[in-house]
Amino acid sequence: MTSWRIPSGGRIDRTRSVRFTFDGKSYTGFAGDTLASALLANGVRLFGRSFKYHRPRGLLAAGYEEPNALVTVTTDGAREPNIRATELEIYDGLVAESQNRFPSLGFDLQAANQLAGKAFSAGFYYKTFMGPVIGPLKGTRAWMFCENFIRRAAGLGSAGTVPDPARYERMNAFCDVLVVGSGPSGLEAARSAAAEGKRVILCETSAAFGGTANWAGSEQADFAHTLISDLGSNPNVTLLPRTTVWGCYDGNTFAALERVSDHKKSAGPGEPRHRHWVIRAGHVVLATGALERALVFPGNDRPGVMLTSAAQRFAGEYGVLPGKRMVVFTNNDSAYEAAAKLRERDALITTIIDVRPTIGDWALSLAKEAGAEVLAGHAVVATGGRNTLTSVTVQPFDAEINAFPGPPKRLACDTLLVSGGWSPVVHLASQAGAKPVWDDKLQAFLPPESKDAWEAVGSAAGEGIEPPAPLFEIKAKGDKAFVDFQHDVTADDVRLAHREGYRSVEHLKRYTTLGMATDQGKTANVSGMAIMADALSKPIPEVGTTRFRPPFTGVSLGALAAERYGDIRPERLTPMHDWHEANGAGMYATGLWYRPESYNRTGETVEDAYVREAKTVRRNVGIVDVSTLGKIDIQGPDAAEFLDRVYTNTFSTLQVNKARYGLMLREDGFALDDGTTWRLADNRFLMTTTTANAGRVMQHLEYYLDCIWPDLKVHLTSVTDQWAAVAVAGPKSREVLAACVKRTRLDNKTLPFMGIVHGKIAQIPVMICRLSFSGERAYEVYCGAHHGQRVWDALIEAGKAFDMQPYGLEALGTLRIEKGHVTGAEIDGRTTARDLHLDWLISKTKPFIGSAMMNREGLADPKRWSLVGVISLSGEKLRGGSHIVDGPADNPGRGLGHLTAMCFSPLYGKYIGLALVENGTSRIGTRAFATDPARSGTHIPVEFVNHIFYDPKGERMHG
Amino acid sequence: MRITCPHCGPRDLQEFSYQGDATLTRPDPASTDQDAWNAYVYDRANPAGEHREFWQHSGGCRKHLVVTRNTLTHAISGVDFAPGKRGGRKRS
Repeated sequence: MTSWRIPSGGRIDRTRSVRFTFDGKSYTGFAGDTLASALLANGVRLFGRSFKYHRPRGLLAAGYEEPNALVTVTTDGAREPNIRATELEIYDGLVAESQNRFPSLGFDLQAANQLAGKAFSAGFYYKTFMGPVIGPLKGTRAWMFCENFIRRAAGLGSAGTVPDPARYERMNAFCDVLVVGSGPSGLEAARSAAAEGKRVILCETSAAFGGTANWAGSEQADFAHTLISDLGSNPNVTLLPRTTVWGCYDGNTFAALERVSDHKKSAGPGEPRHRHWVIRAGHVVLATGALERALVFPGNDRPGVMLTSAAQRFAGEYGVLPGKRMVVFTNNDSAYEAAAKLRERDALITTIIDVRPTIGDWALSLAKEAGAEVLAGHAVVATGGRNTLTSVTVQPFDAEINAFPGPPKRLACDTLLVSGGWSPVVHLASQAGAKPVWDDKLQAFLPPESKDAWEAVGSAAGEGIEPPAPLFEIKAKGDKAFVDFQHDVTADDVRLAHREGYRSVEHLKRYTTLGMATDQGKTANVSGMAIMADALSKPIPEVGTTRFRPPFTGVSLGALAAERYGDIRPERLTPMHDWHEANGAGMYATGLWYRPESYNRTGETVEDAYVREAKTVRRNVGIVDVSTLGKIDIQGPDAAEFLDRVYTNTFSTLQVNKARYGLMLREDGFALDDGTTWRLADNRFLMTTTTANAGRVMQHLEYYLDCIWPDLKVHLTSVTDQWAAVAVAGPKSREVLAACVKRTRLDNKTLPFMGIVHGKIAQIPVMICRLSFSGERAYEVYCGAHHGQRVWDALIEAGKAFDMQPYGLEALGTLRIEKGHVTGAEIDGRTTARDLHLDWLISKTKPFIGSAMMNREGLADPKRWSLVGVISLSGEKLRGGSHIVDGPADNPGRGLGHLTAMCFSPLYGKYIGLALVENGTSRIGTRAFATDPARSGTHIPVEFVNHIFYDPKGERMHG
Repeated sequence: MRITCPHCGPRDLQEFSYQGDATLTRPDPASTDQDAWNAYVYDRANPAGEHREFWQHSGGCRKHLVVTRNTLTHAISGVDFAPGKRGGRKRS
């Protein structure tokens, strides 16, 4: 314990001492201390170096509005910068560092920035460091060069580089009344709402409830704590300490950040670091209080200059006096009450300097209690000392005419407490769109009239604020006078903006960066506006206010992401997933699904594996898991009619136990999705979609049934997860099935191309459709998803006699590219049926979704990008997504299309692909280049061919 | 924002998907009136004020709803099952 610590009182627990480190040095504090209060108790005055000028800075405030004392904390190797020392609760083992200084806080070389004088004033980067009109540093290139050094010379903390190891959570909450702030007014609002039986949520930024009651005196503190414990025992009340309500959104929805474990060395078991609350409230009470303003005068940023209320809070809540010999500088009565309270805790206050010529009796009697001499009609015009305050210079001051009718004199002190008036915290109301209203008497912006949804109470509504003299700045020559401490914006900078024509409050903000730092100008905005108003000779309300936007204080990105990243995202696995992994498949993610890429054998690359697998399918037989396909069950007397309206081709003519490939368009005539639809009964169809479009197609169908054709009697059910699906493909595919399928024949007559039979495999009922994506004879076997593994096992077993091999997505892709079958890579939302050579599917006898718009001139233009095959002529591997160009690498010319897919073709022994190319069909037989400048840098000569490389008549799959 | 689904009750916006303007009349599918189709597919009034629009309760009952929402204040003054009071389909 040192002599800065008051012997008793405060909310801290003097029985529990805490060891922590700041800038490499070890200190002791008490449980309940913040880093700021603990360091103050140890006599530390220097807390940071300012953003631009690297001026030494100390504590201005005691709460979240603190602009100077930003520190970096390292936990588990992860660093977090820009934490306010006034909010950081100390714990054993805390390691904190100051920022923006080299080599140390006490001796910062970059303070040399100050010698550059006006070269670094507001907006300098718009006007300086511009290069000559020619040469390597012409124009803004000079700035870009200098910027590297300038950026390093200024700033706040540096971000961490290690992935965040913490866990975050998200909570949704509902209540009748949300109370923001637990000072006396907030507690009363919560108490009265709870007494009416309402569900109440009470949020408090600090660790302890009570707000100003925690430092106003033991009577208020005790009363508050009784109220709090009553509220705590009420089951309808949720108390959320360390929780900042930071955003107000539509429908009285509020966002809040709960700092669950930042005050501990590590989170407890199952505990997140932060919790993101989304609170939907019937009614909101804004008991957010008011923030004291500083006064603007030369040298007002010296360490030792502090807000009066901050000193009161340090003394009352944390049992620490910020100094031993204090002077007060004020324009209102509240400072007198603070001085008297500080005197009660044995502070030495020698003088109260007041800009007002006449002081009221109440204030004067408080000054007497404080034992301080009152200098009315005086102002502080300078501060003395290097890294900490040692004196202030005071002069008689006539506020009316801004003159100094008398000589200056120096007062020795180590702390100057300033009070420039109070600004109610109106941010949440302003976020809701309520424009704050200027109150001339209180010299403050107040929230406007309450609405049904919210109300402001207490000092947030302007209650209890002492009216100050309408004075914000002492204009005197000398040192810089700061308005925005965190961004180093001075009063002269505001006047500079005015001179250069940036006069509206929005321009002032952006040109000077006033109010744009992490504290968002909480102690600076109103003073800045007042100085601009003075320059404009207008009253403050006419300068306007900027709109407050969330967040009120910083929010961790982790809290906003909550469960939606890392290993908590849902994964969709097919029933046979484990088998694929156990049998050498590399699984990769396609959307949320995991699918086998290829089944690599020892020594094989992925390309080796998929080429082998594709060859096996063409020559022999392979098996692939296609369970991820979207599947929709469509039932009802109007089901066939519905499909006729949705697909370009006709399905009402499809017989039962037959399947048909279909294409569907969007209303604007572009292709939407393709798939195979099976007719299982007169009134029942099973539609398949591409894996990626399952949800979109379902929504598309639901939309038309609900909104456009409500009279159709059709019912849809998504059954993607209900069916496991397997394709057995290759010349020996039927033999494999014949070895394990019971209860049905599989000959070409019973099961023709696109036919469906029902049978059993390993006693499991299965549906089998003869259809082919690979271009070989193939069968798709569907069974209930829970039986997928069993049916797969039976097929694998049956396939042993035929050397059947499993194949993955790469092989599947290779086979379909060779056949020119399209997938989502070609149906990308910009292509039409004609572009993809699917116009043979378009019915001429019935309208369907898209039929009216698909023949528009632009969609019928033959020069459109259309589907072609591509062969690599140089043996180089093609890259999907490459651009098609006519010219050489150094002069490629404009883009003529792109590659949608590529593979090494076992049939051709070359790299081939599919591409969408301008005038595609006419280019067949000609050559061009596939260029990929941004990734592989390849520029590969290619030849265009028909998109169907293999068996164009389809004899292999129909036979 | 919350929408009161007639089937499920008041639910948060996140459960719904916006599905477009509900004030349009789809031309007859067999019609070749290009202007009418262009207007249906592309033209939107974008009013500042009351707007009737489709929302699907995709995170709930999956029904499409016709919602009357004020585009300036997001105040919702009416919710009904699609296609709305005009045109026939009743809640079963």
